Amino acid sequence: MSAQLNSRPKSYTPTSTWKLRKSLTAVGQYAMLILLTGIFIFPLVFMIVSSFKPTNIQIFSDLRSLRAFLPVGDLSLSNYVSVFENSKFPRFLLNSIGMSAVMIVLSLLVNSLAAYALARLRWKARKAILTVIIALLIVPFETIAIPLLLMVSKLPNLTFDKGIAFAQGWLNTYQVQIVPFIAGAGSIFLFYQFFLDIPKELDEAATIDGASKFQIYRHVIIPNSGPVLATVAILTFLGTWNSFLWPIMTVQSEDIRPVMVGLQYFFQQNVQWGQVMAYTTMITIPVLILFMAFQGAFVRSIATTGLKE
Amino acid sequence: MSTRSTALNRSAGLQKPNKPRDNQDLLPGLLLGAPAFLLLLIFLIGPFFAGVTYSFTDQRLISPNPTQFVGTRNYTRMLGFSILTLDSIVDSQTGQPQLDANGKLQFPRSRDFTRDETKYPQYFGLTEWFTVTLGGKEYVILAGDPSFFRSLTNNVLFALVVIPVQSAIGLLLALLVNLNLRGRNFFRTMFFAPVVTSMVVVSIVWRFLYDYNNGMINSFLSTISLGAIQPINWLGDPSTAMAAIIIMSVWQGAGMQMMLFLAGLQGIPAQLYEAASIDGASTWQKFRYVTWPGLRNTTVYIIVTITIAAFQLFTQVFVMTNGGPSDSTTTVTFMMVREGFREQNIAYASAIAVTFFLIILAINLIQRRLLRGEA
Repeated sequence: MSAQLNSRPKSYTPTSTWKLRKSLTAVGQYAMLILLTGIFIFPLVFMIVSSFKPTNIQIFSDLRSLRAFLPVGDLSLSNYVSVFENSKFPRFLLNSIGMSAVMIVLSLLVNSLAAYALARLRWKARKAILTVIIALLIVPFETIAIPLLLMVSKLPNLTFDKGIAFAQGWLNTYQVQIVPFIAGAGSIFLFYQFFLDIPKELDEAATIDGASKFQIYRHVIIPNSGPVLATVAILTFLGTWNSFLWPIMTVQSEDIRPVMVGLQYFFQQNVQWGQVMAYTTMITIPVLILFMAFQGAFVRSIATTGLKE
Repeated sequence: MSTRSTALNRSAGLQKPNKPRDNQDLLPGLLLGAPAFLLLLIFLIGPFFAGVTYSFTDQRLISPNPTQFVGTRNYTRMLGFSILTLDSIVDSQTGQPQLDANGKLQFPRSRDFTRDETKYPQYFGLTEWFTVTLGGKEYVILAGDPSFFRSLTNNVLFALVVIPVQSAIGLLLALLVNLNLRGRNFFRTMFFAPVVTSMVVVSIVWRFLYDYNNGMINSFLSTISLGAIQPINWLGDPSTAMAAIIIMSVWQGAGMQMMLFLAGLQGIPAQLYEAASIDGASTWQKFRYVTWPGLRNTTVYIIVTITIAAFQLFTQVFVMTNGGPSDSTTTVTFMMVREGFREQNIAYASAIAVTFFLIILAINLIQRRLLRGEA
C-alpha cells in the first residue's frame, strides 16, 4: 500500500478507498455467510456431537454454552452400541437399503420403457396416454393414500408360511412398500422429456442395421441417458429412504420396518437423547455423504421436481 | 439448438402423410409401456376414483356391515357451517343482564341449541368452533367438524407465513452465493444440507431443540437475555406450537428456494446488467428493474410449490405434536390420516382427500394462469 502511495501519489485516494470499500463489503458478505451457515447447520452439528455424549446430564449441561456443538467432555460410542442393543436397527437398515435398491432398478426400467414407448415409437394411443400421465402429475400421494390402504388390505397375497397358500391382504409385507410406487408419472415425464431431445437419426441408423425397438432402447437410448437416469435414481432413492406416512399405515411388524418408521418408534420409547441422536446420525450421514459426492445431480434432481415427502 | 432441431423433427414427424405408418409401432409401444401403464392404473388411477366413490359412502377399513351410499353426508359433516347469535342472559328478577364472577356478560350454552333437533333443526349436529362477543351479543361459529376448519386454517396460516419468509430468505441466500466469492460452493452445500435431511430426522432433532426444560432454544434465549426471557413451552402451548413448526419448516426448506432462485438468477442475460450499468443504474435499481422482473416465473413456481407443500404438511405434525395441543397444529392431511387410519373411517377420510385434491388442483390452475399471462 505505501509503495503504491509513493509511486503513484495522484491515484492514491480513489483507488484505496475503493479497495477498502470492496474489501469491507467482502468482509461483510463473508460474515453474513458464516452466520447463516451457523443457522443452517447448528441442528445437524448438535445432533452429531450429542450422539457421542453418553448421558443426558452431560448433553443438558453442555447446552448452556458452545460446548453443545463441540466434541468435548466424556465421549464414547456407547449410544451407538445401545441403538444396536435396544432396537432392530441393522434389520431396519437392511430393509431400507434393500427396498431402495429394488425400487431404483425397477423404477428405472419400468418408467424408462414407458417413456420410450411414448417419446420414440409411433402408435395412435400414445397421445391420449401422455395426456393422462401429465394430468396424473398433479395428483399428490396423499389424495390416494386412504383408498389405496383399503385396496392393499384386500389384495391377494401368496404366503409360504405353511406351504404355498393365498392369504388376504398385503399389509405387513415388503411388496406393499414397493409395488405401488414403481411406476411414477413424474419419472415417466422426466424420461419422456429427455428422450425427445435425443436425435432421431440414431434410431433410424439402428433400424437400418436391423435393430428391434427394444434393441434401440437398450443400445441407443439408455447409453445416451446418463443424466436423467441419475435424476430418477436419486429421487427414487430419497423417496424410498425417507418414506414414512405409507409404512406407518401399512407395516406393523418390526422385521420389515424401514429406518424412518423404526426411528419414530425408537424415539417414542427412548428418553436418552444421545441414543436417539446416534440413530438419526447413522441414517443421515450416509445420505449427506452421497449428496456431497453427487452434489450437482442431487440439486438438479430435487430442484426439477420438488422433494417427495 | 438441440431443442430446436428436435422440435422440427417432431413437427415433421406429425405431418407425415402416409397414414398407415402412424400406428406402425402399436405392438412394441403397448408391450414396452404396459408394465408402467398397468401399475399406474391399478395403484394410482384406480384408488383415485375409488376414493371419490368412497367419499359418498359409509365405507370403513374393517366392517361387518355392507357399505352403503350415504349421498353427500360426509361432505355436509365436513363443511357444515353456521353462525348462532345469542343474546345475553337477563336476570328475570331485576331485568338486568346477568354477570359472571369476572363481571362478564353471560350467554346461554351453544349446546342447548345444537342438541335440540326438534326446536333448532338448522343447528343440529354442529359443534362450537369459536365464539366472538361483540356489542352485547355473542356470535357462536358452529361447524359440522370444527377440527376440519381448524386444520384448514392451520394450513392457510402456514402457507401465508412460509411463502413470504422462506422466499425472502431463499432469495437472500441465492444473491449471496451467486456473488463471485471464494468458497461459495461450500456455502451452497451448507444451506442445502437440511433439504436432503429426512423430515423425520429434522423433526426429532428440533423437538429436542424446542424442549421446554432442556431445549437449546430456551437456553439460548435465556442466556442472551440474561435470564429475562422465561422458558417457552414451544410445542406444548397452543399459542406457540404452530409457530414452532413454521420456524422449523422455514429453516428446512430455505435451501431449496435458494437453489431455485439461483437457477433463475443465472438465467438472466448478463447483457441486461451491462446495459443497466451503462445507463448509470444503482445496485438497487438493477435489482428492482432487472433481477426482480427476471425472476418472475421462478417466484411464481416457488410460491406454488410452497403452497402445495403447505397443504401437504404432515410429517412435522405427526412427529412433533401429534396435532395437539387441542388441535392447534392439525392439518388437512394429518386429519385425513387420523380419520382414515386410526379411526378406520375410510369414507370420511376420502371426503377430506377429495377436498384436499380440489385445493391442489385450484393452486395448479392458478399457476398456469399466472405463467401463461406473462409468456
